[in-house]
Amino acid sequence: MHHTRLLKFGVPLLAGALTLTACGSRDEGDDTGSSASTGTTITIGFDAPLSKDLAAVGLGMKNSAELAVKKANADKVVPGVTFKLASKDDQATPNIGQQNAAAFVADNSVVGVVGAYNSSVSAAMQSTLHDATMVQVSGANTAATLTQGADYKTAPKRQYDNYFRTISTDAVAAPVMAEYFYKDLKVKKIATVDDKKTYGTGIVENFTDAYKKLGGKVTIHQSINPDEADYAAVVNSVKSSGAQGVFYGGEYPQAGPLKKQLVAAGFDGPMGGGDAVKDDQLIPLAGAKAANGVCAHSDGAPIDSLDSAKSFVADYKAAGYSEGYGVFGAYVYDATTALIKAVGAAVDANGGKAGDLTQLRPKVVAAMQQVAFDGATGEVGFDEYGDSVNQVISVNCVKNGAWKNGVKIVTVK
Amino acid sequence: MTFTDFLQLLTDGLVLGSMYGLIAVGYTMVYGILQIINFAHGEIFMLGGFGALFAYAWVPALHEISLWAALPVMLVVGVLVSVTAAVAAERFTYRPLRNAPRLAPLITAIGLSLFLQQVVFNFFTLPGESMGITAPVPFPQLDGGPLRLGGVTVSYAAILTLVVAAGAMTGLTYFVGRTRTGRAMQATAQDPKTARLMGIDTDRVIVVAFAVGAVLAAVACLTQGLRLGSISYNMGFIAGLKGFTAAVLGGIGNIRGAMLGGVVLGVAESLASGLLPHLPSLQMFGGSVWKDVWAFVILIVVLLIRPQGLLGERIADRA
Repeated sequence: MHHTRLLKFGVPLLAGALTLTACGSRDEGDDTGSSASTGTTITIGFDAPLSKDLAAVGLGMKNSAELAVKKANADKVVPGVTFKLASKDDQATPNIGQQNAAAFVADNSVVGVVGAYNSSVSAAMQSTLHDATMVQVSGANTAATLTQGADYKTAPKRQYDNYFRTISTDAVAAPVMAEYFYKDLKVKKIATVDDKKTYGTGIVENFTDAYKKLGGKVTIHQSINPDEADYAAVVNSVKSSGAQGVFYGGEYPQAGPLKKQLVAAGFDGPMGGGDAVKDDQLIPLAGAKAANGVCAHSDGAPIDSLDSAKSFVADYKAAGYSEGYGVFGAYVYDATTALIKAVGAAVDANGGKAGDLTQLRPKVVAAMQQVAFDGATGEVGFDEYGDSVNQVISVNCVKNGAWKNGVKIVTVK
Repeated sequence: MTFTDFLQLLTDGLVLGSMYGLIAVGYTMVYGILQIINFAHGEIFMLGGFGALFAYAWVPALHEISLWAALPVMLVVGVLVSVTAAVAAERFTYRPLRNAPRLAPLITAIGLSLFLQQVVFNFFTLPGESMGITAPVPFPQLDGGPLRLGGVTVSYAAILTLVVAAGAMTGLTYFVGRTRTGRAMQATAQDPKTARLMGIDTDRVIVVAFAVGAVLAAVACLTQGLRLGSISYNMGFIAGLKGFTAAVLGGIGNIRGAMLGGVVLGVAESLASGLLPHLPSLQMFGGSVWKDVWAFVILIVVLLIRPQGLLGERIADRA
């Protein structure tokens, strides 16, 4: 009796709630004016978090994609074709990303998608776009598994032939950090700490392998519970292990307090971390003084340091966007340009006509693999996994209470 | 493992334990009088820290003076926020359910917990930032590096925690044992019906019990913020769990037991994570991953031998 009643009311309620969440995503719609009425209009899908706490990053990425589209239209990169950007908000949520992907597939004017920001969201979009043989290209996903599968270390295998990215992956980052600690900072004995999450344990594993290969010694390995705030136990073990530094696999909300507590206990060694540690909030969390000596990687080179990015930076400023282009702007700009060039190549191969756009989609995928040009981030092109041929990792360190970006920039071959 | 290392672990355990004890008192006082577990107490604790931080962030004058001088103001605001929340919780979520089955206030407490967490999550605002918080929020820090007392490193905030906990417990013992209200509380705890017949306003006594628990929780949260450098909207969950464990360990309903339970729990956690890795054949059970396991093993063992807790007294089952 009770159960039937529960079902009677519960199921519609649940369904209603799900529908409401689905409706919650903000649909940005068209925002690049396509004035040309002649020729074909081809839409490029764009997906990123455009609301909530990641909105600033997402909007910076969207502006960069828009800039690439505007430039392509102004330069008439593909004769007879006007490009248009249709952007959707995924709220950093995988299932919303998947719905967005399905909407792009259903829209016959869309030939390919630029996005997403989060690796987890892209993972949810990949198969939907793959079934429709549509290009997906990201300028921000750094999880190695997206291109090379779960066994990327031992048996890398391409996951989807339609997925590409212009930014380097986390897999090459940990060895760069290991080398930076062992050779540049001369830390020969290190303690490792993780937060028991996939990202944290993974990066510590990769770091440990590379560090040991260099000849370094890992004195102790500890884990923290990210829900707790008191790391005295870990701090004591690290201190008494005789380590000269610490490598932390986890995110900045725990990395900051951990560094603070290490310093408070009298441990002055540097602390390393992955890109999730590289956040401005880390500094107030650790305290401006205690934060000094935190070094974390970021994928790609700092945009300001690249000569090739100068015109992108100038164009972005001239366009007067209120959000900054951020860490990923130039990578998204190149990703969008790559997609546009692939469309151009596909149209050429089609005898200069776009034709039925759903028929054009697989041709764009094939053309995307061949794309090669000099973009804002340097050489743009894709290897056999769909990864960027240009794998650059930057090491960033906190000095005098502020992040100093690109202390070391490494190109991984 | 030297003797100094051992002393360091003991000191860390004592500091952590005094904080657990301060939280545990809130659970134990309410249980002693009402026989209900106020599972929203962890959030009352969290609100104390956010109240203090709110005062510090929004009153620019406090940034001009040293943090030591600003502390009393922060403490007063934090305590006010916690006490208001606790008293309101009692009035609106527990009192209407006083004669309801035991499960009802328990469920209300869980709902209240989520509500208070979400209020802070969505509405706590720092100057110049958008409304709501996501990650932990930095807490102002006392100047001055750690003190070294014969090889043992202690921060000023840790010393403050010990001093404040000792002071609060002394004050509480005096309040419960010597004042009129305190004796009324004891009477209500022993037998609420007879106490009412003797002219004690038991409703008022219950409100006072909630309020006193909230004061100590706010103090605990302030010291945690100073010690660890940040506070977060969900910090009350773990703190509440540990505080509740300490209260049960010490004997729920017994105020001194709550403090003792806290200290035992804190020291056990610290020693288990720091000492075991150095004992032969026990390495794999050491480290911070195992500390909660050992803390709860101790709880289980104590409850097996003394079901009433370390200092608990056998109380007639009034269920």
